[in-house]
Amino acid sequence: MSSSELMTSQEYIQHHLTNLTFGYHPEHGLGFAHDSAGAAAMGFWAINVDTLFFSILLGGLFLWFFKGVAEKVSAGVPGAAQNFVEWIVDFVEDNVRGSFSGKNAMVAPLALTIFAWVFLMNLMDLLPVDLIPYMFGQFMATLGADPHHVYLKVVPTTDPNATFGMALTVFFLVLYYSIKMKGVGGFLGELTLQPFGKWGMPANLILEGISLLSKPVSLALRLFGNMYAGEMIFILIALLYGGGIVLAGTAGLLQFVWAVFHILIITLQAFIFMVLTIVYLDMAHQHH
Amino acid sequence: MNINLTLFAQMITFAVFVGFCMKYVWPPIVKAMAERKAKIAEGLAAAERGHQEQALGEQRALELMKEAKVQAADIVGQAQKRATDIVEEAKTDARTEGERLVAAAQAEIERETNRAREELRERVAALAMAAAEKILQKEIDVDTHRAIVDDFAKQL
Repeated sequence: MSSSELMTSQEYIQHHLTNLTFGYHPEHGLGFAHDSAGAAAMGFWAINVDTLFFSILLGGLFLWFFKGVAEKVSAGVPGAAQNFVEWIVDFVEDNVRGSFSGKNAMVAPLALTIFAWVFLMNLMDLLPVDLIPYMFGQFMATLGADPHHVYLKVVPTTDPNATFGMALTVFFLVLYYSIKMKGVGGFLGELTLQPFGKWGMPANLILEGISLLSKPVSLALRLFGNMYAGEMIFILIALLYGGGIVLAGTAGLLQFVWAVFHILIITLQAFIFMVLTIVYLDMAHQHH
Repeated sequence: MNINLTLFAQMITFAVFVGFCMKYVWPPIVKAMAERKAKIAEGLAAAERGHQEQALGEQRALELMKEAKVQAADIVGQAQKRATDIVEEAKTDARTEGERLVAAAQAEIERETNRAREELRERVAALAMAAAEKILQKEIDVDTHRAIVDDFAKQL
């Protein structure tokens, strides 16, 4: 909390909601943004280094662990790690078998990757909000940076770039398989010839177009919104620690209760993202 | 909270992760699980077969036991018959031997009797001769009348 003692609550919250952005600033040139306004000024050609770092780290962790098990997998009696991995694989496979009627070897690995990756990224939310940002700030301070202007968001799913990145990839897969399975004509027909028949084409296109576009948007915003709100509540609770012993005690209790509740949310959001991806891809594979 | 290049970086990262998972992670694990499933099914079928074989074996063992019992009874019957035969034979042998002994004893007795009779006859002849000699000492010559005396003795 030592860094926040010198900040107002608003600054503290703002600090926690700003990504570590690297890009080209029109005035300051290439470098890390000093504040959220600076990050905004960099426009599109900037990288949220923290989001990228933690998402790749967590995805790498997932793949490293699963690959390690897959390399020495045995059909005999499984060890503890293999048992755990098989439990998750079995769970994902069950969901795919239940919701996906087509034949596509990519859907199940895709679903597993989404579930594990999103879950791990969400899991970062359960770390105390200041733990890694504070350590990172102190570390950067030793390198001469002002810790007040060192930003770090450890939960990649609270960055819309991450959630939209996944949702758009899923969206492109839906488009690809829709066209591959039904042909361009079939796909366009699906967009324009229902529900009102060929005389209601404009209305059909509006309805189906919205329904199609809402898929990636809802997928991305649902995950982002849930995680962003959860993170915000953790930040607000963290603010209470500065308000004396009674408030600090209350904050400790609240943080515990919210963290327990959040375990449900992070798992649920990972599950929903996975299931909806499977359902969307199933719809893309279906012929009418 | 700006949409920026991170979006594309995340999309590429995501695609790479999915590709890696699809190529190196998913297939071996699922294959192993399918293999284990097959193995378990096989094991269950083998257990079922073993069960049936055991039942079959038990039945066969029962049949063999029954057969053995019949055979044992047969053997015992044969042995008893043989024993009776042996006893019968022994009895016959004993009877024959007894009869032979009795016959031998009778023959001996007969021979003894004959011998005694002969002796008696000789003695009587001698006595008769002695008596006749005494009675007819003068007129009868022993040598001339021997034939008569012998004839007489034989008739005794």
